[in-house]
Amino acid sequence: MSTATRETVAGRVGDSAVRPDAALKVRGEFAYSSDLFADDMLWGATLRSPHPHARIRSIDVTAALTLPGVYAALTHADVPGENRYGLDHRDQPVLAEDVVRYQGEPVAVVAADHPETARRALDRIAVDYQVLDPVVDAELAMAEGAPVLHPECPGGNVLRHVRIRRGDPEATAEVVVTGEYRVGMQDQAFLGPESGLAVPAEDGGVDLHVATQWLHVDQSQVAHALGLPPEKVRLTLAGVGGAFGAREDLSMQVHACLLALRTRRPVKMVYGREESFFGHVHRHPALLRYEHGADRHGRLVSVRAEIVLDGGAYASSTPAVVANAATLGIGPYQVPNVRMDCWGVYTNNPPCGAMRGFGAVQACFAYESQMDKLAERLGMDPVELRIRNAMREGSTMPTGQVVDSAAPVAELLRRVRDKPLPPPADPTDPRDLPGGVANTTRGDGVVRGVGYGVGIKNVAFSEGFDDYSTARVRLEVLGGEPVVSVHTAAVEVGQGLVTVQQQIARTELGIARVTVLPADTGVGSAGSSSASRQSYVTGGAVKAACERVRDTLCALAATRLGREVGLVDGKLVTADGAVAASIADVLGDEVIERTVEWRHRPTFPLDPLTGQGNAHTQYAFAAHRAVVDVDVELGLVKVVELACAQDVGRAINPQAVLGQIHGGSAQGLGLAVMEEIQVVDGTVRNPSFTDYLIPTIVDMPPMVVDVLELADPHAPYGLRGVGEPPTISSTPAIVAAIRAATGRALTRVPVRPDDIALAGSASRPVPSRPEVPCD
Amino acid sequence: MNTAVSTMEFLRPATLAEALETKAAHPEAVPLAGGTDLMVELNFDRRRPPALLDLTRITELAEWSEVDGHIRIGATVPYARIITELGSRLPGLAMAARTVGSPQIRNRGTLGGNLGSASPAGDGHPPLLAGHATVELASVRGSRRVPVDAFFLGPKRSVVEPDELVVAVRVPPATGPQQFAKVGPRNAMVIAVCAFALALHPENGTVGTGIGSAGPTPLRARDAEEFLAAELDWAGGRPLPEGVAERFGELVAAAARPIDDVRGTAAYRGHALAVLARRTLTWAWRDHTGRGSCG
Repeated sequence: MSTATRETVAGRVGDSAVRPDAALKVRGEFAYSSDLFADDMLWGATLRSPHPHARIRSIDVTAALTLPGVYAALTHADVPGENRYGLDHRDQPVLAEDVVRYQGEPVAVVAADHPETARRALDRIAVDYQVLDPVVDAELAMAEGAPVLHPECPGGNVLRHVRIRRGDPEATAEVVVTGEYRVGMQDQAFLGPESGLAVPAEDGGVDLHVATQWLHVDQSQVAHALGLPPEKVRLTLAGVGGAFGAREDLSMQVHACLLALRTRRPVKMVYGREESFFGHVHRHPALLRYEHGADRHGRLVSVRAEIVLDGGAYASSTPAVVANAATLGIGPYQVPNVRMDCWGVYTNNPPCGAMRGFGAVQACFAYESQMDKLAERLGMDPVELRIRNAMREGSTMPTGQVVDSAAPVAELLRRVRDKPLPPPADPTDPRDLPGGVANTTRGDGVVRGVGYGVGIKNVAFSEGFDDYSTARVRLEVLGGEPVVSVHTAAVEVGQGLVTVQQQIARTELGIARVTVLPADTGVGSAGSSSASRQSYVTGGAVKAACERVRDTLCALAATRLGREVGLVDGKLVTADGAVAASIADVLGDEVIERTVEWRHRPTFPLDPLTGQGNAHTQYAFAAHRAVVDVDVELGLVKVVELACAQDVGRAINPQAVLGQIHGGSAQGLGLAVMEEIQVVDGTVRNPSFTDYLIPTIVDMPPMVVDVLELADPHAPYGLRGVGEPPTISSTPAIVAAIRAATGRALTRVPVRPDDIALAGSASRPVPSRPEVPCD
Repeated sequence: MNTAVSTMEFLRPATLAEALETKAAHPEAVPLAGGTDLMVELNFDRRRPPALLDLTRITELAEWSEVDGHIRIGATVPYARIITELGSRLPGLAMAARTVGSPQIRNRGTLGGNLGSASPAGDGHPPLLAGHATVELASVRGSRRVPVDAFFLGPKRSVVEPDELVVAVRVPPATGPQQFAKVGPRNAMVIAVCAFALALHPENGTVGTGIGSAGPTPLRARDAEEFLAAELDWAGGRPLPEGVAERFGELVAAAARPIDDVRGTAAYRGHALAVLARRTLTWAWRDHTGRGSCG
């Protein structure tokens, strides 16, 4: 028995605990999936369709196989299971059969003893294509008579249509503003390309080491395509170089396993940068038509909206993106009368699916543009108009769902509005000016603008999905000290989830030494590292498993000590606060291990006719103020400052929260002013970082951030998902600021220099996608 | 069917003389210095030359010197050194060099490589045009000097013969203000949507211009040069007459032959060149007349 003073261990919930990968990544020593290596491994490579739409008459791999060093060349005929995969439904072939539906669709794979040999082998595969006209316009794809791309889809090319009807859909209002908006195709642009290593196993199965977002959903899809039981396909997470949704769908997983099983050699696949643009889904391009009605005091009466999302060639997660865009599509506002229709459509454009913000991004650009337009029409301050209509706790969503935790929309707006404005730019430092180091202005033509945006996002999976995570927590004594190990399949994509799991275990058990085991399929599913859900769901699972371990330990201690004790700061303590025993004293050689499957509150489907239903489990909000300097003659933009206020319920790791807000805001900045995959006739024109531009440190301004912690009583520690909201509202805030500086309508993102600088740019015809004039 | 994987020879001459002999013997060999263009093309599999001619061991190409009143810049001098060592004497070229890629690219990339690639988007070309530079070419047959405005033949095509190497660039040191400005949709690390260089030559009352990324080759705006040379009050230093900067901008835009491509539209390029020409002239004339450089 000890009476020593108790010490609280560092690195608990609420601390900015240091990440184990931080120094490694800064020093360039972190092992990413592209660094995987095995003795005697082969290199896989993928032959992709050059056409967005074509019939395959024949594929001949003979010449590839005759190349020395080539060990396998496989086509759809070599896929032992069902040649289909997909997140929502399995509509995508592992390797194309009789038809290709997008440029870059995998047609064949090879394995060779050198990556260059593998690439040469691809050139020797003869594919006889009959080129077909691609369906490239999502609206036209919905029309009667359009070529049907997936005959098995009951809605023709319409993959999903979500209707929401609330109040009187025909309600009239004193003031009405309409607008039509477009969002270009954004890429997640992670830095670590798709890569992994498949190792054939003695039991006829395969071990796959891969950078992904959800090990178990990969496992089930890979096993299905390989015709193997899931337990013979074992996945271990490799170092992930960013994800942002782009790793939710399979890329090289099945291909590498096919090649490994065929050659009985480990097979590594690493996409190059250009291939990566074809190797994952993108953010859905969107066409959005809105009509907002308000009374003369600026109170919203009605919103009517139609949103068309271009899902590209395969379903991916389009159905869920459609539901998000629809249910979140009027924004964080109270509106009594809503008519919303949102469609996700098949085309021959690149497949689109998950990307940070997931449908909420596209809608927010449109509804926030509408709020500014309405404010202008009413002669009101745009922030005041938003505050007047802001939802709050207890408000009802257009789905009929009542928001039952903090929704501080008005407070977030006030906070960003009330921040001091940054000083004028220093005209002697080109980095502070639009155009940056390229010396385009010394202040000539530069006009400052300020704009606002606020957004709403659901946290975790919705619409009745059984959304759970599994955590296994083990407590034992090693070297006289208690040690905790936490095992989940939850994927660290760079967001800091390993640290969050450690912090939770330290908090619940009061033990400093916490090891997070590598994520693999040796433990139950953790669900996806997406939808801002892992701190909530895997965090909840780790917390619950720790509680079970603690209860077991306390029961054991009570038996051994003959009295009731609790666990406080890692010591067993009696009711009067005295330390009764250490964990080591009580546990000895015993091991306590508990596994918990943990779920958030259930969600429910949307009514197919009215879109009513408690579809989401938690809502999250962020607001931005953007200050920009625009060179109105050249159409160049310098974002001078971004202010953000976000409610995170509880900041588990405050530094990581700031990191999410900075990073998310930067991704929204990219969509506002530069990031777009340009697709013409189904063909990508800029698959490289030479011409797909993402913000540099000169483009991303300093941020002023307010983090609110208004606990959600339904969530572990009261936390609220953090990762996506800042991506959603920064884009409309920046565009609003550019509008304020230029007077341009700017109905499309990304805003291009032409849109600002050329007269009549709002209706300027664009070769890739004709724009429809606003109003 | 040929089943062998094609190989690529890597030739590493130690001297310029050896390099010229090697180039004569292997005219298909592609010269390699910083590799910032060539390695990208190899990695993308756009190009598969049978041989590479590595120039990095040849010290005489990696130096600059003064010759006959000109700055002679060896073909493999990287942009980073042009910025730090030649910024005061060739300010237009140094300004352009500052806008090339990232610090890593500026440490590797060379002016000789820029000329060798002969891309219409090469950042080094407009200031060489405006500065009346001469390109020095050499082969075992001898050497010759080509005015830079006669160097480019078309997109990525130049007068360099298969057995020749770009050895150096000769540029007269600035005698008046020089400017370079480039438009890109990102504030750093961007390939030009269009670029413009201006050099005022008060010693003989002439004007130099260079247009980048707005035609099949880098271009001079000759009408604009002549117009401006006649309008400027070289001796008296009077302010720019009303409308001169605007007219100069129009003439520069008229000299461009831009197209629509993935980086921008022809209409925008023309518009932006007019703006850049007007602004750079305004700044340069203020510098020349000592009225301060800040707008």
